[in-house]
Amino acid sequence: MSRIGKIARRSFLVGSAAVVGGVAFGYVMYKRPVANPLLDQVAEGEAALTPYVRVDASGITLITPRADSGQGAYSVQAALIAEELDVELDQIRVDPGMPSPAYYNTALSAEAAPFRSTDDSFAAQSTRGVMDALMKFLGMQITGGSTTVPDSFEKLRLAGAVARETLKAAAAQQTGVQVADLKTARGMVELPGGDTLRYEDLAPIAATLDPVNDVTLRDPSTWRLVGKAMERVDIVAKSTGTQSYGIDFEVEGMVHATVRTNPRRGGGMIEFDSASAEQMRGVQAVVPITNGVAVVANNTWRAIQAANAIDITWADAPYPAEMEEHWQTLSDSFIEDRRDSRMRDDGDVDAALDGAEVIEAEYRAPYLAHAPLEPITATVQVTEDRVDVWTGTQVPRFVQSNVAKLCDMDADQVFVHVLMMGGSFGHRLEDRVVREATEIALQLKGTPVKLTYSREEDMTHNDTRQIAMARGRGTVSGGKVDAFDLGIAMPSVIASQMGRQGFPVAGPDLQIVAGAWEQPMQIPHYRVSGYRAPELAPITSWRSVGASTNGFFHDVFLDELIHAAGADPMEERLRLCWHAPSRKTLEAVAEMSNWGAALGPDKARGVAFCLSFGVPTAEVIEVTNTANGIRIDNVCVAAEVGTVVDPVNFENMVQGGVVWALGHAMNCEITYSDGMVDQQNYYDYEGMRMFQAPVINVRGLENGDAVRGVGEPMVPPAAAALSNAIFAATGQRIREMPMNKFIDFV
Amino acid sequence: MQLTVNGTTHDVDVEDDMPLLWVLRDELNIKGVKYGCGVAQCGACTVHIDGVAVRSCQTLAADVDGPVTTIEGLGTPDALHALQEAWIEHQVAQCGYCQSGQIMQAAALLSDIPSPTDADIDDAMSGNLCRCGTYNRIRAAVKTAAGKLQEA
Repeated sequence: MSRIGKIARRSFLVGSAAVVGGVAFGYVMYKRPVANPLLDQVAEGEAALTPYVRVDASGITLITPRADSGQGAYSVQAALIAEELDVELDQIRVDPGMPSPAYYNTALSAEAAPFRSTDDSFAAQSTRGVMDALMKFLGMQITGGSTTVPDSFEKLRLAGAVARETLKAAAAQQTGVQVADLKTARGMVELPGGDTLRYEDLAPIAATLDPVNDVTLRDPSTWRLVGKAMERVDIVAKSTGTQSYGIDFEVEGMVHATVRTNPRRGGGMIEFDSASAEQMRGVQAVVPITNGVAVVANNTWRAIQAANAIDITWADAPYPAEMEEHWQTLSDSFIEDRRDSRMRDDGDVDAALDGAEVIEAEYRAPYLAHAPLEPITATVQVTEDRVDVWTGTQVPRFVQSNVAKLCDMDADQVFVHVLMMGGSFGHRLEDRVVREATEIALQLKGTPVKLTYSREEDMTHNDTRQIAMARGRGTVSGGKVDAFDLGIAMPSVIASQMGRQGFPVAGPDLQIVAGAWEQPMQIPHYRVSGYRAPELAPITSWRSVGASTNGFFHDVFLDELIHAAGADPMEERLRLCWHAPSRKTLEAVAEMSNWGAALGPDKARGVAFCLSFGVPTAEVIEVTNTANGIRIDNVCVAAEVGTVVDPVNFENMVQGGVVWALGHAMNCEITYSDGMVDQQNYYDYEGMRMFQAPVINVRGLENGDAVRGVGEPMVPPAAAALSNAIFAATGQRIREMPMNKFIDFV
Repeated sequence: MQLTVNGTTHDVDVEDDMPLLWVLRDELNIKGVKYGCGVAQCGACTVHIDGVAVRSCQTLAADVDGPVTTIEGLGTPDALHALQEAWIEHQVAQCGYCQSGQIMQAAALLSDIPSPTDADIDDAMSGNLCRCGTYNRIRAAVKTAAGKLQEA
């Protein structure tokens, strides 16, 4: 038997087994290590030291299973491994690897468990443990929830350390030198005399050894890479047009396809006439797929032209045809029968409101598309005994299992090659494009089919952000906020999203109240209730998910109460906030923005705070009320992230999150008429352009003990800070997005 | 018809109304130029014709009347243009999908206005969308590149 079999029997999985701690019911069964996916692909003379490091004669490859949609995930994962492995980032290749349950995401469960991230009680810890086991069971290799850094931070450094120590053990065996006398640097083991052995050359011996699992992570003071500004591994390619994305993928014999499916989402196709389309130049086939039709051609443009020439009769939508009905559904959901959660209920809200002068307000947030600049694509080739999928995706395990089902094959016959994504923001948590490409490829067996959506098809078939509505009632007394009662109604994002993956989700959906119920505020009478509206149009996770709407609702309502109390918006938030790391973010933006200092005429500041994904974030926005409308002048952001893994990428991500949030808050919405999305392209879904982009000053705070991701937490407070600033500048309170329905922006 | 792209002349057999974007991407396999919107709203497909920045998604193949330069013709990883150096120095890109178009637009700006003000940059660059929101860094990188080109 080969060496591979010998290693496989040991089935070590150092990376995760070493970090999954704690005990909880049902945990033991799933604690058993899962097989190391790299071992299936390891030939004689290679060593797959952990699921994250592969060393062979051709070099060192770091496996980075969290997908990169632009957030720098490949770079940060590589840096965490390289820190302990003692390689430099210019010496390694990065490979997202094949989907495997070994790459399950432990941090995602922390967000799913019903405990505030500020809650370190035993109950909170042990519940997170149960969720870890559940995630492992489901094998969720998901990129999302701002979890890449928290999930990877120890796991990948441990993987690097184990690989390094095992390579040193191999060097010791080869040379007879004691391990203690060996050093490592730049991908080599150094002997006492100064001679060096390349990791690549040690791989064959290392493959025969038991991995050295007894490792200690280095002290942060010795870090070479983590915490320092890094050059992203993809920055040269992305600055020279040489980065290949999913849409750029080419393989021999490939054909180009596009689809048109029912714009009344989920509705069927009654009939179609493709006679003229089939006559168009370059068109090779027109084939039906679920709820629509696909055109296969020898060029993307020809496929899109032909698809537009097909006459199609569509069935009705399974949800209300007009927007008024969507809003009415939410409005009707604020009832006990629809109450999904009441995770926050401090004091006696009913008594406090009874007979008092109650301040009331209603808020709305629209459906929103993700609209990453790269339209969604997937290339699929189906042969008799295997399927290859090349696509940018955040959910490779779901893709693998769904394609296997469609092709009536086993999951291990489906090879998912994850490609670089031109943005995602949650869009590529959905895999419809892959299923459709597979349906086409099944009808053209053997031929690789690249499916590319037109921008219009992408915009009108987006699984959007949730639509949401909130109602606040509160009181003030003695210059302070006294009672705060917020109800939030929306359909369940998780039920819609996971439903499309065939997973029923039981129990309350905490995304309905995320960004509101867990705010570290001490208000004498304080209640947050979630109301689960019936399912409407399909929705999914959109950058910051529930908090993207609820951060706006919670903080603008708080601002209204603070104003009614006659208090200073910053001082009163600081007074109400009991959580020291959160207070420090408010203090930081107060200092950065020179809060309280006089501004010029027509200028004003607004502040907002939201704790989401474990990251307390405070933002101050300064606006000018010009003759032509509101100008956003500058933004100050302070976020508590435990450890800033890369200060440059951190600043870039924070700035991007703010631009994202403000652009959508100003001018974006997805609406339905006759069951179809009205918006078609960036001319009616614009977001922020450069002339509107404020100066954004960023400060990362490192007072907490857990490391956090920043992809999402910048989004929830931004729209609230903008609304609060507009109120301060104009006296006009904007309670609904997009705000350009109520005020002009220059 | 004949097209000269990055100094190489190609014979292409396409419809007169096929946009230059798709000739470049699907017929000539030049992939640095990107499809984002198809209607001149995002700028991801920006190339130069005779040094002038155009949206290749709205330029018909038959209307191309001069040599085409794409991002690949501006500079390469081994021989970077000053703008590309600045883009790397400022670590501008997140997803990077719009950046080919941003850099080509910026190159046209700097040949017209070698020392652009913030307002010049905003005017020239506001047709180029960046969904990741890297605008602060693009402004800084354009200024850095302008400085370098002025010194040279």
